[in-house]
Amino acid sequence: MSAPDRSRGWDLPADLASDPATIPDPATTPVPAELRSEIEAHMALYPDSSSAALPALEAAQRVHGWCSPEAIEQVACVMGVTPASLDAVATFYDMLYNEPVGEHAIFVCTNISCSLCGADELYAALLDAAGEDTAFNVRAFECLGACDIAPMASVDGVYVGPLATADVPVLLEDVRTGRPVLAEKQLLRRACADPGAGA
Amino acid sequence: MKILFDRIDEPGLNTLEVYERRGGYESLRKALRMTPEEVLSELEASNLRGRGGAGFQMGKKVSFLPHGAIEKYLVCNADESEPGTFKDRELMQKTPHMLIEGLVIASYAAGAGRSFIYIRGEYAQQADILDAALGEARAAGYIGERILGSEHSLSVVLHRGAGAYICGEETGLLDSLEGKRGNPRLKPPFPANQGLYQGPTLINNVETLSTVPAILRMGGAAYAKLGTETSTGTKLVSVSGHVQRPGNYEVELGIPSRELIYDLAGGPPQGRTVKCWFPGGSSSPVLTGADLDVPYDFDSMAKAGSMLGSGAIIVVDDSTPILDVALKTAKFYRHESCGKCTPCREGTNWTVTMLERIDRGEATPMDLDIMASVQDHIIGNCLCVLGDAMAMPIGSMIVKFRDEFEAHMEKRRVQAPEPLEV
Repeated sequence: MSAPDRSRGWDLPADLASDPATIPDPATTPVPAELRSEIEAHMALYPDSSSAALPALEAAQRVHGWCSPEAIEQVACVMGVTPASLDAVATFYDMLYNEPVGEHAIFVCTNISCSLCGADELYAALLDAAGEDTAFNVRAFECLGACDIAPMASVDGVYVGPLATADVPVLLEDVRTGRPVLAEKQLLRRACADPGAGA
Repeated sequence: MKILFDRIDEPGLNTLEVYERRGGYESLRKALRMTPEEVLSELEASNLRGRGGAGFQMGKKVSFLPHGAIEKYLVCNADESEPGTFKDRELMQKTPHMLIEGLVIASYAAGAGRSFIYIRGEYAQQADILDAALGEARAAGYIGERILGSEHSLSVVLHRGAGAYICGEETGLLDSLEGKRGNPRLKPPFPANQGLYQGPTLINNVETLSTVPAILRMGGAAYAKLGTETSTGTKLVSVSGHVQRPGNYEVELGIPSRELIYDLAGGPPQGRTVKCWFPGGSSSPVLTGADLDVPYDFDSMAKAGSMLGSGAIIVVDDSTPILDVALKTAKFYRHESCGKCTPCREGTNWTVTMLERIDRGEATPMDLDIMASVQDHIIGNCLCVLGDAMAMPIGSMIVKFRDEFEAHMEKRRVQAPEPLEV
């Protein structure tokens, strides 16, 4: 299965009839107070506040579930930039979503090392088991940087592996019930492979 | 000899308390008693080559920065996303203060007052650990204004990416850090002259910076005695794929590759042999079972027609068709190409298309030549090396496994359900 196309909407007809959107007017653009202060805090960290685009979009995505037009509008309003400039950013990165997705992100690494160890079967099993459940956002991902626990997945940011297809129902049930996901297989518990490293 | 992985699993090593108890931040104190020039000469004496992939001498890179009272930046590249590479992850997770100490020392040598750590968004757990360590270091006065009573000040911002391989390319990283799409820039100007916000910028990998405290502690000349003459020191090597004990191993550069793959990582499963291996991440040309005795260092790998890259060995055993490996590799680069340069954008796409054609039984041996020429036309023709990073391994596979590609092609052609229309 191929990964989603990053350049969403490239084949949609452009709206040439109306003017490009300008910087949203703060008077008519309501922004949740918490989101506003989080974005402003990020902007203050950099010599040039436009550096805050990624953390700001990520914060808005946490509030809205995805980089919806409304989310982009709010970030643009606080940062004082046009929505188009942020849309360009949001469509570039795999972890910013350009359409509504399930609440729980399950990224299965299907790059070479994981794939050699059975990641494609794992991904198919996860897709199958998650089925139509809209709570899950199951997707194949490029190298997640954890080939030592191949095949692996990142479940709401928590790395687990090596995974067998038998782990799939437990993994999904852990997420559904809010338990720590596959506690025994979490990367953070793993010792260094180098025998000379010792504790 | 373990420098980076010395008792790496000691409980609480990620906290300031344990790190200090082991002598942490003593190298920083030592550095601040020296002049920046003296620190720089230690770095140069160590001959430490960058651990991110290019293998450029770190001390030399620092010396390229212009002098004078101009605002300079230090950026730590923690966007580890070269397939097969996971060494920086283990370092940041288990001993984040070593990175922070190295970062502060490097900023002192470079005269940089602001620094940024660009960590890939997927490493959320490691970013949280690093963030906590930065908080401790700030509270203890190791970063901030007038560090430990010296004239040197440094701010550190932890910046999380959002999932894009190209942001590990240094100029793509800079654009991303400036809040844009991660498109690489034309070089020159190089970041040392015009980097972040158009200012002089030093960019170093996590492992490179994490090695700096040890260099200050041992002395550059003593560090240079480790490894080989032109590949000094120890290196973390991520070994994965068809091996029995995948993981990170710290070795002196120059050991036989066989020792890494077989003795440390356990080699392929019982009854299997090494078909090919990537010595430096999926961007490096593949080597075969005949190359297992090549010493694992920068120059030997280059001489063998490949590269040490990020120090990531991916082993493929004889149970896997080479076409599968080629297709996985090509699809990755197609997905990650930013699309700015035509040879890369189109070349990665057509390589995938042609490989799929082989698998469907619709190709002829001439297609292999076309595919090889596509690779040749990518290399050296783009702003960055992402396209080259696909062209080099794919090109090497076509050369080394041509017979297998042709056999695969023929087998599929015979199996094809309907005759091809002419």
